[in-house]
Amino acid sequence: MQPFTYQRAQTPQEAAQAAQKHPHARFIAGGTNLLDLMKHQVETPPHLIDVNHIGLDKITSAGDGLRIGALVRNTDLAADVRIRRDYPVLSRALLAGASAQLRNKATTAGNLLQRTRCPYFYDTSKPCNKRKPGSGCSAIGGYERNLGILGVSDACIATHPSDMAVAMRVLDAQVETISPDGSQRTIPIADLHRLPGHTPHLETNLKPGELITHVTLPKPVGGRQTYIKVRDRASYAFAAVSMAAVQLPDGRFQFAFGGLAPKPWRVEGAQNAEQILAGARTTPQNAFKKTLASRLITSALQGVKLP
Amino acid sequence: MKFTAPAGPNPIDQGKVIGHPHDRIDGRAKVTGTAAYAYERNQLAPNAAYGVMVGSTIATGKITRIDTSRAEAAPGVLGVVTYKNAGKLRKARSHAARLLAGPQVEHFDQSVALVVAETFEQARHAAKLVRVDYAPVQGRYDLAAEKANAKVPKAGQFGPSDSQTGDFESAFGRAPVTVDSTFTTPDQSHMMMEPHASIAAWHGDQLLLWTSNQMIAWAVHDTSEILGIRPEKIHVSSPFIGGGFGGKLWVRSDAILAALGARLIKRPVKVALTRAQVPNNTTHRPATIQRVRLGADPDGKLQAIAHESWSGNLNSFREERAGSQTRLLYAGANRLVTHRLADLDLPEGNAMRAPGEAVGHLSLEVAMDELAEKLNLDPVQLRVLNDVQYDPEKGPERPFSSRKLVECLQEGARRFGWSKRNPKPAQIRDGNWLIGLGVSSALRNNPTKESEARVRVDKHGKITVESDMTDIGTGSYTILAQTAAEMMGVPLHHVTVKLAESHYPVSCGSGGQFGGNSSASSVYAACVRLRQALAHKAGWDIEATTFEDGKMSCAGQSMPLAQAAGPKGLSAQDKIEFGDTQKKWAQSSFGAHFVEVGVHRVTGETRIRRLLGVFTAGRILNPKTARSQLIGAMAKGIGAALCEELVVDKRHGYFVNHDLAEYHVPVHADIPHTEVVILEEIDDKSSPMKAKGVGELGICGIGAAVANAIYNATGIRLRDYPFTPDKLLDHLPPV
Repeated sequence: MQPFTYQRAQTPQEAAQAAQKHPHARFIAGGTNLLDLMKHQVETPPHLIDVNHIGLDKITSAGDGLRIGALVRNTDLAADVRIRRDYPVLSRALLAGASAQLRNKATTAGNLLQRTRCPYFYDTSKPCNKRKPGSGCSAIGGYERNLGILGVSDACIATHPSDMAVAMRVLDAQVETISPDGSQRTIPIADLHRLPGHTPHLETNLKPGELITHVTLPKPVGGRQTYIKVRDRASYAFAAVSMAAVQLPDGRFQFAFGGLAPKPWRVEGAQNAEQILAGARTTPQNAFKKTLASRLITSALQGVKLP
Repeated sequence: MKFTAPAGPNPIDQGKVIGHPHDRIDGRAKVTGTAAYAYERNQLAPNAAYGVMVGSTIATGKITRIDTSRAEAAPGVLGVVTYKNAGKLRKARSHAARLLAGPQVEHFDQSVALVVAETFEQARHAAKLVRVDYAPVQGRYDLAAEKANAKVPKAGQFGPSDSQTGDFESAFGRAPVTVDSTFTTPDQSHMMMEPHASIAAWHGDQLLLWTSNQMIAWAVHDTSEILGIRPEKIHVSSPFIGGGFGGKLWVRSDAILAALGARLIKRPVKVALTRAQVPNNTTHRPATIQRVRLGADPDGKLQAIAHESWSGNLNSFREERAGSQTRLLYAGANRLVTHRLADLDLPEGNAMRAPGEAVGHLSLEVAMDELAEKLNLDPVQLRVLNDVQYDPEKGPERPFSSRKLVECLQEGARRFGWSKRNPKPAQIRDGNWLIGLGVSSALRNNPTKESEARVRVDKHGKITVESDMTDIGTGSYTILAQTAAEMMGVPLHHVTVKLAESHYPVSCGSGGQFGGNSSASSVYAACVRLRQALAHKAGWDIEATTFEDGKMSCAGQSMPLAQAAGPKGLSAQDKIEFGDTQKKWAQSSFGAHFVEVGVHRVTGETRIRRLLGVFTAGRILNPKTARSQLIGAMAKGIGAALCEELVVDKRHGYFVNHDLAEYHVPVHADIPHTEVVILEEIDDKSSPMKAKGVGELGICGIGAAVANAIYNATGIRLRDYPFTPDKLLDHLPPV
């Protein structure tokens, strides 16, 4: 770990301003991912801004929907009675992630901004375009079994590891932010994460110093909601493929996927596997993900209760 | 004591303390955090500095330059050890590669430097500032590609690599029913809870090493060989060990680098490997390719058995003996077992829990399932039919010391409801889950090993046992205390057991499931001597003297042990030696695994639903610690079947998934309630304890039972471990 300075912010705007003042600073909340990255020196922020004391730890009603503070812990979000009743796919996705100990620390905003689990990203002895732009991708042609097949590029095939974000994507959540100048904006979750293209080190569309303050959920859509996560062991493993599926009261489906792409993957309006998996780019090691996703979609369309 | 003939009746048979499920006597210290593990023994070296190991980032090649100047200038840094300032270091014969590289690099993450600083954080930071330039060369990292170049390994401690009985090829050619299957098993990591850790301190020319090690005397010997100092100058201590599984049988870089660091900065140094360093810096279980051929009569009698195995290792070091169990498990007149070793430039492959048998069963016992199906025979019945009460390679003149495989299979079948199994695969469904049952035999050899202990009785009648035996979480403290309590006729809490110091008598150590039986036998032997000494001191006839209730009695007289010991106490020491008992009798512990799996019809995920293991291992010294070991080994065997795999990056020559997030061991959610049944057995030919090894038995065979259950559930026969969902998906019916 590189030596760094540390400050504890008291308000969201103070945090955003501090980030502007300290180039390459990072916000820290639960620290469940950032601390590991710092120990490996994958991330070497010179300054940490602790946002654990800026409030934003409540879930409140917002119109017909809900407004989730950025600091709400994954455990609390999963257990919230309104989430469990009106957005069950989100609760299930949260509980499919990590372990109880990690969920107790991990926050809503931190979960969205966690970084890939590609093993080469964590191994500083190997080139990685995400870690060091232009150095090359070690994963392509290496151990690719759990890496992406959709939205990937020649520069990077990493996946986004979150379960929670997949459910938020299927629910059309929105992300609220504050900038150092105090201005606020709302970003549809579809636009939060970027695809790698030639710049896999740029993972979100957040601007320097911009801080996520809330995630809002629209009016509950009802219908049948499921989250299924397929993995190599029964708990504490990242998804090979995960699927958030909502069958709306009118019978139409909404799907979003984890484990397939650099961001929660959703093809708006798509009603079958062919549409959703169009353009998949597989290798012998990870071609099974396409088969698996396709089987999951087909099962959901047939009304099979999966988990 | 020379143990050369079957044991007659002896005080252990009383079973007053031995054979009872006593809690671990070290359990409270462990769960309350007061048992100090190697890295925590701060009171012994309160001024220890922190060392952080730097590993090579290439697998094969040469260091062309090491620049430590930035690291040395970093805050708090006290010194940096590299091959340039380490002095002359030899390679111990028990290691495949040197523990400090330079200038040659033999494998990825081989240590190239140790950075020592005042704090751990300073050392970790400075470790990243060590600049090493390499001239890499292309190594050999792919077992399948090197298989054709594999050679007959040099004869090692396990005897000849090949064995032949009768004429396998012609018998196989003649056999009306045959199986010819090839299996692969991947590299696996021990992943014990406590990574390798040591604190080293020099007192003049004496080296004190507080470490985590299964074999104290080997640690002294190898440290002596590497550093070129006399063994009597080296003191090793390892009273608590957070798991080993074979990964701590030999000293590793943590110990040697700590010693070098302490010598450099003239102050104690502590070093712990990080989790991520364990797979590539230390040892692992090597991958195998195995071909099994079975030929049988139509009635199911095996006529021909062949097991050929290929593995790789660094510097032609040692082969994985995957054919071990095949030499002994089933009858059959015509047999062939071969092992071939390919040169690979991956990290050192070495012993891991039940080396050989753990992966050997994964192929043999699946091939048996295939044969049963071809014969239209029940798989339990096929195994029973081919039982043999003697070493089938050597003939009836080498009988098994005890063997209750058939009893294990039959008792297990009864308890598990095996008769309800539908032999036709893919017939049973529970919702989305395809349900199947599988069975496997289990055999793990029962090596016995010379071991020595000292037993003392003090003026209060309290007993102290001393031996350099280790407790790697297995329960050694407890069973040795039980042995001494039984022999001396005192309650368990009157016995103190002191282990794992190099100045104690040299024991067998912990490994190869020989530790419990052999070290308890040494305590037995020392107690026999102590009883003789006490009787002699009293002027009594030892043959007529009994030890019970804290007293010794003879011909109507009785005396408390405290009085018998006298004001200075009495002590006795003895070594158990096993002579040619292993030659005279084939010695193995046995078992049978029964598994019910569910395979998700859509996702291909396999989940274990029910587990039963029935075992025999001679006298069980403590049913609670034995059961714990069996359960742990069964869980590990499920890992081998379903998820454990060190993935080789064949371009760069290293294990990519080197942490516990990506190297998947089973978690609680993967292991349902595990039923363990231990059948009664007394083995008088194994040792005076009449016990056999139990620690590695549970891992043998269970993975094959999982494979067979998957086949029964789905009709899909998998032969490349582990069985992750991707391997099933293409074979499952469409949704």
